[in-house]
Amino acid sequence: MIRLEGVHKRFPGAGGAALDGVNLAIARGEVFGIIGRSGAGKSTLVRMINGLERPSAGRVTLDGVDVAALAPADLRALRRRVGMIFQGFGLLSSATAAQNIALPLRIAGTPAREVAARVAELLGMVGLTDHADKYPAQLSGGQKQRVGIARALATRPDVLLCDEATSALDPETTRDVLALIAALNRDLGLTIVLITHEMDVVRQVCGRVAVLHAGKVVESGATVDVVLDPRHAETRSLLAEEGGAPSYRHSFAGEIVRFTARGEAAAGPLISRIARETGTEIAILEGRVGHLGDTPYAQLTLGLSAGNIAAARAALAQAGVIGA
Amino acid sequence: MSGFFADIMWSDIGLATLDTLVMVSVSLVLTVLIGLPLGLALFLTGPGQAWERRWLNVALSAAVNVMRSLPFIILLIVLIPVTLALVGTSLGVAGAIVPLVAGAAPFFARLAEAALREVDRGTIEAVQALGATTRDLVLRALLPEALPGLVAATTVTAITLVSYTAMAGVVGAGGLGDLAVRYGYQRFQTDVMVVTVALMIVLVQILQMLGDRLVRRLSRR
Repeated sequence: MIRLEGVHKRFPGAGGAALDGVNLAIARGEVFGIIGRSGAGKSTLVRMINGLERPSAGRVTLDGVDVAALAPADLRALRRRVGMIFQGFGLLSSATAAQNIALPLRIAGTPAREVAARVAELLGMVGLTDHADKYPAQLSGGQKQRVGIARALATRPDVLLCDEATSALDPETTRDVLALIAALNRDLGLTIVLITHEMDVVRQVCGRVAVLHAGKVVESGATVDVVLDPRHAETRSLLAEEGGAPSYRHSFAGEIVRFTARGEAAAGPLISRIARETGTEIAILEGRVGHLGDTPYAQLTLGLSAGNIAAARAALAQAGVIGA
Repeated sequence: MSGFFADIMWSDIGLATLDTLVMVSVSLVLTVLIGLPLGLALFLTGPGQAWERRWLNVALSAAVNVMRSLPFIILLIVLIPVTLALVGTSLGVAGAIVPLVAGAAPFFARLAEAALREVDRGTIEAVQALGATTRDLVLRALLPEALPGLVAATTVTAITLVSYTAMAGVVGAGGLGDLAVRYGYQRFQTDVMVVTVALMIVLVQILQMLGDRLVRRLSRR
């Protein structure tokens, strides 16, 4: 549905290229994540999809239409089909929640009566019916982003672009907003392109992800593959930055193994079974267990000490993937 | 006290006050009508803005700077032929309006431009992303968002116009400034000077208070 073909972007006066030959294909109805550090070019990339930025070279197409080649009126029409939400929300501070949500409808020339009905419906959809007449300054960050989402959806777009939409929110509010975004994808079939610097955001909602580094896509694929089996150093580094509790792997005397299992193996009592069957002491030094989309996974750092270490390694290798 | 003010022609003071009020209000309305579009043009044609036009921006900016660099007292004299051509006289209230607006509109345009720059960049981009035309952007986002700033700019301009009208008095514009110069200064009537100055102080205080109140009521941040 959305294709980027050999997209380059160079800003006048800036040193290197912001985007350096990006190719991506985003399918209808998916939640596609683009992750990278600040300065990686992800904001520039997502802005090309609704024509807020133009590529210096290459093409960005939406349903086969070259966005940068559109006449101004056609570009405005396209923007009504592509909703966008922002890190800073971008709400009018001089307008109430309801008036903010009504704005795209007024711009589109919708009759006043229809505007009122649609705004009421949208406020209900994002759970802000009681806050219709509040100004943004009276709303919390999460509520502001809900207004932003309602505004983005007012003209019934089929694509939603999320530009670091949860970066200004606390973890709990982030989860709520991401749950709302996931629900919109599921219930409305909305295609969602989400950019973020947080792997956890990708983990929570994205079916596929591309890792952007210094203007290039260095890795892309299903989230479960990229997260569990990262190939590029940048991806590993982004994953490592998530932190977690400090581990005691460095003080562990014994063999340390990184182990990743997915699917049914990860959901069962795998480690205890291997420990028992091979007669090996297995300590779990670090780990993350859960599911990505519908795939259960376990990603563990294990310490193998006394017992049949070679047999335990073999059993682990059979159940999943082991690394250093 | 009554002795000091005994010689004052209170009817002259009343008429002069009325003249000042008429000059300030008429020229303020015209100043905003001319200065606001000019300020919008300065803002919108600027780099990275919705209607970026480099050379137009440079030209407008230079024109505004030229007008702003002339001291008002000089502008008053320089503009006499223009005023004559436009309104048929360079004297009295009618003759003062042209130089007043010419002096205040570029000033207001710069203040309006600054108020528009205060509008959050992310908000402007968000509204553009909704498919807004430049017209929509101006009417539905920029002006409402900048309104408190624009009202503050109008207040400052109104007060500037009070002082401009007093200067215009020097070249025969009428009003409180005219009275202060002709009676208070040239005829050494200190009582008239005191009264006119007091009236101008009151006028400025009232304008500032009204402006501040309006800004407070309009602010939603």
